[in-house]
Amino acid sequence: METIKLTIDNQVVEVPKGTTIYKAAKQLEIDIPVLCYMDLKALGIEHKPGGCRICSVEVEGRRNLAPSCSTEATEGMVVKTHSMRVMNARKTVMELILSDHPKDCLVCAKSGNCDLQDLSVKLGIRDIPNQDIAEMSTYRKDFSPSIIRELDKCIMCRRCETMCNQVQSVGALSAVNRGFQAVVAPAFEMDLEHSTCTYCGQCVAVCPTGALTEHDHTNKLIEDLANPAKTVVVQTAPAVRAALGEEFGMEAGTLVTGQMVTALRQLGFDYVFDTDWAADLTIMEEGTELLDRLTRHLNGDKDVKLPILTSCCPGWVNFFEQQFTDLLDIPSSARSPQQMFGAIAKTYFADQIKKKREDMVVVSIMPCLAKKYECQRDEFKVDGNPDVDYSISTRELAALIKRANMDLKKMPQSDFDNPLGESTGAGVIFGATGGVIEAAVRTAYEVYTKKKLAKVDFEQIRGMEGIRSAEVDLDGFTLKIGIAHGLGNARKLLEDVRAGKSEYHAIEIMACPGGCIGGGGQPLHHGDLSVLKKRTEAIYREDAGKPIRKSHENPYITKIYEEFLGKPMSEKAHHLLHTHYTDKSKKIIYLK
Amino acid sequence: MSRIKVELKKEQIDKIKTICQSFNNNGGELINVLHKVQGTFGYLPAEIQEVVAQELNEPIAKVYGVVTFYSFFTMLPKGKHPISICTGTACYVRGAEKVLDELKKELKIKVGETTSDGKFSISCLRCVGACGLAPVLMVGNKTYGRVAPEMVKDILKEYEAM
Repeated sequence: METIKLTIDNQVVEVPKGTTIYKAAKQLEIDIPVLCYMDLKALGIEHKPGGCRICSVEVEGRRNLAPSCSTEATEGMVVKTHSMRVMNARKTVMELILSDHPKDCLVCAKSGNCDLQDLSVKLGIRDIPNQDIAEMSTYRKDFSPSIIRELDKCIMCRRCETMCNQVQSVGALSAVNRGFQAVVAPAFEMDLEHSTCTYCGQCVAVCPTGALTEHDHTNKLIEDLANPAKTVVVQTAPAVRAALGEEFGMEAGTLVTGQMVTALRQLGFDYVFDTDWAADLTIMEEGTELLDRLTRHLNGDKDVKLPILTSCCPGWVNFFEQQFTDLLDIPSSARSPQQMFGAIAKTYFADQIKKKREDMVVVSIMPCLAKKYECQRDEFKVDGNPDVDYSISTRELAALIKRANMDLKKMPQSDFDNPLGESTGAGVIFGATGGVIEAAVRTAYEVYTKKKLAKVDFEQIRGMEGIRSAEVDLDGFTLKIGIAHGLGNARKLLEDVRAGKSEYHAIEIMACPGGCIGGGGQPLHHGDLSVLKKRTEAIYREDAGKPIRKSHENPYITKIYEEFLGKPMSEKAHHLLHTHYTDKSKKIIYLK
Repeated sequence: MSRIKVELKKEQIDKIKTICQSFNNNGGELINVLHKVQGTFGYLPAEIQEVVAQELNEPIAKVYGVVTFYSFFTMLPKGKHPISICTGTACYVRGAEKVLDELKKELKIKVGETTSDGKFSISCLRCVGACGLAPVLMVGNKTYGRVAPEMVKDILKEYEAM
């Protein structure tokens, strides 16, 4: 590899040819401030539009300052990253950016977690000159069920665009217009609700300001918890326990299951249950559907649709309902664990505690923003009353715990309530890419072969590569499995399915990179994707520590089939635990 | 950007498809495709952008982004006699804005709009290379130099019968 030498802040560094000044400085542990820049190494994406000019540095012999994130280092270059000329320019640039930014930090959802605010502090900005005559861009607020766009706060870093287009291939967002009118928006500046947006929330996860935030339900939740007439039931998704600790200063990958349960109980929830229990239920339904389709296929049924696609991820469901409408009969009809939980909580469990549906509030804690949309879909309502009333994100829960003056670190551990709180290791791993299909295989193997699995860990299914495949021997029959996380990767597998080239029997798809542990509602990673790996390890640690690791062995799952549902895919199960998909491509209306 | 609703006929859709094909349906040619399509239809309403996006396999948001970024592209049909007024430095300092105000007053439309009878539209441009004649305006392909606000009425009169 050809290398070059350059001098940065009086230190000589040797780097491969083509390296940017920013990265060369990094090698010397010189920290050049950045704003629009984002390095997503794990995804192979470096977002460096060179737009904000905060990373400008002085290059000897060059008239103008150079944006270090997008300027290639050259042989013999002499760079100063923090000269007084640079500091002065950086301050001016920041003042200009702030002059076109609202000053409502006191009540902004992003306050305390905002890259722009942090940078303003770092650069010592104390005054914004000429604010009284500065022009400000204004744009309408856009409220969708999941995401709120407040584009007055947009600084045009365009990170969201990279996530939406390059990573997710959703194509909902693009920079439009120019000058003060420039914003990032859907086609024809329609609201997100009328765009191809899947609510995966990856744009929110990278937004450096309060321009993109989640639809917050915390205040509604406090109201319901304070209302004695309401029985408030909570379910927590697997990925939440592997990330919530980060918001309380704990190392990424710290499991806080027991502390979280205690905190939820202290907040006043009447019943603290686990979405993992519903994940076990999902495996019973989805696994049975997989085996049913496989058996029919092996018996020569030509009409049977294979591969079967998982359907737990609401962002992914939105994606295929809009962009792969010719494949609507391929995904499993099983509802997501969130919705299975809600349907059971407001029927089976409501009967047990003798409460009326209307007097119950079912809340979910999710790593996800698409879940907020999913729970208000009409398919999941009975006479207008939703199975899950609303969903709050990991971030919202962390903020609420802090607001209630609790410290998760000091919280004693406790267990979930029953009957909807007991789960197996199979339910836990739903939170990581590959987990749903591994859980399904654990059950499908034993049901299909009628033999005990010698080893429940299927390491060949795990990993962080965007698209993976694995083969599992079901006693002579080779089950071919495909896995994709990130919708851009999902698109590739789907295009093969559409072209009839796919050889898989089953495919697991998660909309977010890393699966739910990397969801749009998780603590912000600020571009450092190594935290996703640590969260994944935590998920598998929790699985390994569980006494029961196969969904069909969960005693409370066996019980609900005996007492209430009959058997998997029974008529009752169909009614409560399955759904149908609709062509949503037409929701994209361009002209009002 | 303001919008109007149109219904494309099959021949029109085919025409857009042919243009896209002449660029091998290559998304990298988006600007050239839009240029040619606007040359054919006169403007780029949402429905046309939708077909272009589909043919080039690009997100519609991106197509709209390009259309709204370049001032050359328009989503509204231009008038039969499109008026372009130069607001470049030389024309501006010699009173282009006053001429523009007079045009807007006479035609009762804003920049980027078309009169209801479809006759005139106003757009601004930056320099036609005739700074010696500033301020300059063009109606169609005809250039008028040293325009004063009081000349606007007479210029428009030339086209009223056409």
